[in-house]
Amino acid sequence: MSVRQSLLAILDQGPCYGYQLRAEFDRRTGSTWPLNVGQIYNTLDRLERDGLVEKGDVDEQGHVYWRITDAGSAEVRAWLSSPVERSQGTRDELAIKLAVAATLPGVDVGEVIQTQRLASLRQLQELNRAKYAGANPDGPEELAWSLVVDSMIFATEAEVRWLDHTEQRLASHPQHAMALELSTEKPKRGRPSKSDAASADAADRAQEVTA
Amino acid sequence: MTAVLQLVGVTQQYGEGELSVSALSGVDLAVERGELVAIMGASGSGKSTLLSIAGGLQKPTTGEVIVEGTYLSTASPSELAALRRRSLGFVFQDFNLIPTLTALENVTLPLELDGFRARAASRAGRDALASVGLADRFDSYPDDLSGGQQQRVAIARAVVGGRRLILADEPTGALDSVTGEAVMKMLRSRVDQGAAGILVTHEARHAAWADRIVFLRDGRIVDQSTRDGADSLLSGIR
Repeated sequence: MSVRQSLLAILDQGPCYGYQLRAEFDRRTGSTWPLNVGQIYNTLDRLERDGLVEKGDVDEQGHVYWRITDAGSAEVRAWLSSPVERSQGTRDELAIKLAVAATLPGVDVGEVIQTQRLASLRQLQELNRAKYAGANPDGPEELAWSLVVDSMIFATEAEVRWLDHTEQRLASHPQHAMALELSTEKPKRGRPSKSDAASADAADRAQEVTA
Repeated sequence: MTAVLQLVGVTQQYGEGELSVSALSGVDLAVERGELVAIMGASGSGKSTLLSIAGGLQKPTTGEVIVEGTYLSTASPSELAALRRRSLGFVFQDFNLIPTLTALENVTLPLELDGFRARAASRAGRDALASVGLADRFDSYPDDLSGGQQQRVAIARAVVGGRRLILADEPTGALDSVTGEAVMKMLRSRVDQGAAGILVTHEARHAAWADRIVFLRDGRIVDQSTRDGADSLLSGIR
């Protein structure tokens, strides 16, 4: 989604032909997410279908310049003024792995955490090294690139902090984990019914009110 | 290559008998010229004790600390003081500058205590301040400097006169993230120019400036991370 909106935002600066648009996107994102020309043209086709861009002049080399429509400019303003919504449904592989590992008798979750922490710290070292070796950080394209690297650095750091936190929580837990043997109770088939969930919610709320 | 700093079997115990607590147990560590080593670990894991021992501020219960070939266990108090003045530089979280001295005087004080003539000390101090980007703040007092500038003065003081071992305890702890990064970059660059450094930090982002990250748990080194073999997130980008 952000590719579509980013291309639109670039076109809001003035008409571009497809290859030029790709180059503009690359230099504004430090070439961190390179796009192929096919993706650019697919996106332009969809933007045209939605009335957000239109084909304009053709230069002597045959480049078709795409220009933004008023509806497209309005979409750019709406994009810039609204927060990015992250989908709640994305599974976090590491969170699932640690949550499951913490329930497995005989598994040293501390080792699982340390293995991950070392890998994350190596990534951080690599990112820092790349940033440190970068050219003049005040040039506009270097700045764009380093902003993207920063986002990776902070995301990786957040993961390490969460690992530290998890390790401490487990260490302070009486059993250092919550090992679960396989349950002998057969699970009920099918999804939990909505009415069950709703009544449980209502019961929780009632408890909060009376507490 | 010889290590600037070596810790061999260093143990630190507080208290005696059944009540004794081991802050460090059998720690071996060597730091070479051009190498920055970060020490990480939870509170109470022994990070600060290790730094105090490495800097000769505290004697270990057992084990040996060797700084540039000098065995700290057999050095006299005056030899230890001289070593701290000539070979070691400390950088602390709260800068520890003397408020009644200018930036330049703060940097040159250890040199003058070490018998440098005033002019030579001043020249070395100016060079050190210029190298941390403070050539225009020689005469400023700490109160007139920002936190980042004060920490840069502290780094200049830590490296002035050819000190080769920098011991930094949470040097970015009191700084915002951008200033903290600038301070780390400076520390990294001083080490690249031939110093050796130990950095105690709980922030992974700053520890990642090191060549090696050493993890302490309950006073023991439990793991080490090097920069070699990193899975490149950026391969193909640069």
